[in-house]
Amino acid sequence: MGKVIKYAKDNIDTDVILPGQYLKLHDYEDIAKHAMEGIDPEFHSKVKKGDFIVAGKNFGCGSSREHAPIALSHCGISAVLAISFARIFYRNSVDGAFLLPIEIDEQTYQKISNGDDLEVDTKKNEIKNLTKNETYKMKPFSEIVSKIIAAGGLFRYKPD
Amino acid sequence: MNITEKILARASGKTRVVPDDIVFANVDKAMIHDVSGPGVIKVFDKLKKEGIQVDKLWDPSKIWVAEDHFVPSAEKISAENIVKLSKFTKQYGIEKHFKYGMGQYGICHTLSHEEALVLPGEVYVGGDSHTNTSGALGTFACGLGHTDVAYVLLYGKIWFKVPETLYFKLNGKLPQNVMAKDYILKIIGDIGTDGAAYAAMQFGGTGISEMSVESRLTLTNMTTEAGAKNGIIEPDQKVFDYLAQRGAKNYSPIHGDRDAEFAKIYEYEASDLEPLVAKPYSPENIAPVRDVSGVDLDKSYIGSCTGAKYEDLEAAARILKSRKVKIRTEVVPAAISIYKKAMENGLISIFLDAGVTVGPPTCGACCGAHMGVLAKDEVCISTTNRNFPGRMGHIESKTYLASPLVAAASAITGKITDPRDL
Ligand code: SF4
Repeated sequence: MGKVIKYAKDNIDTDVILPGQYLKLHDYEDIAKHAMEGIDPEFHSKVKKGDFIVAGKNFGCGSSREHAPIALSHCGISAVLAISFARIFYRNSVDGAFLLPIEIDEQTYQKISNGDDLEVDTKKNEIKNLTKNETYKMKPFSEIVSKIIAAGGLFRYKPD
Repeated sequence: MNITEKILARASGKTRVVPDDIVFANVDKAMIHDVSGPGVIKVFDKLKKEGIQVDKLWDPSKIWVAEDHFVPSAEKISAENIVKLSKFTKQYGIEKHFKYGMGQYGICHTLSHEEALVLPGEVYVGGDSHTNTSGALGTFACGLGHTDVAYVLLYGKIWFKVPETLYFKLNGKLPQNVMAKDYILKIIGDIGTDGAAYAAMQFGGTGISEMSVESRLTLTNMTTEAGAKNGIIEPDQKVFDYLAQRGAKNYSPIHGDRDAEFAKIYEYEASDLEPLVAKPYSPENIAPVRDVSGVDLDKSYIGSCTGAKYEDLEAAARILKSRKVKIRTEVVPAAISIYKKAMENGLISIFLDAGVTVGPPTCGACCGAHMGVLAKDEVCISTTNRNFPGRMGHIESKTYLASPLVAAASAITGKITDPRDL
């Protein structure tokens, strides 16, 4: 269970998630201190373990920096719920086992508010909104993505 | 099958693939730089702790390393990353390490073509989102993150979902003062920054045959800004000649089948195109230069893998010759080989006489890292590829993306200027 930090915007890009000047950092905790600095300088201090980010379309567009999912996951974010993701951010999240990139539809995106308590069940492909007592569908992961997630990242996954 | 599908089929030992198939493709070449390299090293450290073997790479001769984002080092952490990178290449026997201050070096995507490191028909992955650039040579070229690149460096293969392909057909030759940059900005404006998400963008038509290899590289470079997995162009004699001049031989190009299928076909008339800019804060925020002409500028930047190839510098020099800049202007050639050619052909003198500062090859200002970042409220016209908030410096600075001709014309007037109006 975790709380929602909602950014009601499309195209939240990697320069916002982890600004370019911090790309030289490689210690995961150091990187995490600057998470979302481009849009929300308070983010690092308010986020708690298990929290969720909710955003619009094309989350994580921009550069290939793995710093982006690293920063979010090391702040405690367990999943990002967005209408769609940029492909490298999506891959990095899954293959590095940093966080779950969950695709939701426009309606679900509208219904979830900042501060809501959520629970995500990837077996049932369901999102429970405990604050509003509602249940939403998430888009199921593709076969390979669910296998990699289940294995705990690309390096633990054994192709058939 | 189209060219992307055929390359992925060959690389994964299949006779046929269709979009959405998952393949494990054998990789021909892989690249890391001074940001993704230390990231990969970090992944290796983590794997070691988990008991996964990392003492040998799949094939050090197929891996190459660029120093570009944070050179010359402005502070200690960047300097230490370069040391880390050097230790890594030494330890694993990687010989193609292009080092700052030791002959040829430059921006990774520029080296990939300048040094013919990546060839037609190959699968090439790099730890950088603009790895797509090399697709202009008929390569499947795709950017990946640190974990994926670490996987490739160790095992020489990686999974891909076969993308569907959007085909962009350009009819006729670009008019004078219109560059490949204007064409790709037009496309991104039309389809949006997620318009090609997860898809391949293929370019063709007579307009592409007419284009130089360097111009084509501008197109594939910015497929990333439309969210594409890769950008690609069928290789032709121009590509083969370009590579032969750089000593490349023994490769087996792939061409799409005559009955290749595309998810969607877009058609453009070259004669309809005009100089464009992408306004802050998105590459899809397109306007004709003439609609925004007169916007006051603080800086003009002619640099990056997108806009500092030799041809780009030549275009800027045509405008800057015998004129003086009115705002701070930087030309940063994308590789030493380009710098040298620009020097031999008198371009550097033209820049210096115009009052421009010419810097050493680096990503520096393009990603807001160092070497000329923007202050709050500063406005810049730039030949780079991204203008998200904070991309080139302060979160409230503003970047307009444009061609080298537009960036140079604007440097002369200090306001956004269409080269046709100079
Ligand atoms: S020049 Fe800019 S876009 Fe190109 S690789 Fe460097 S940072 Fe990336």
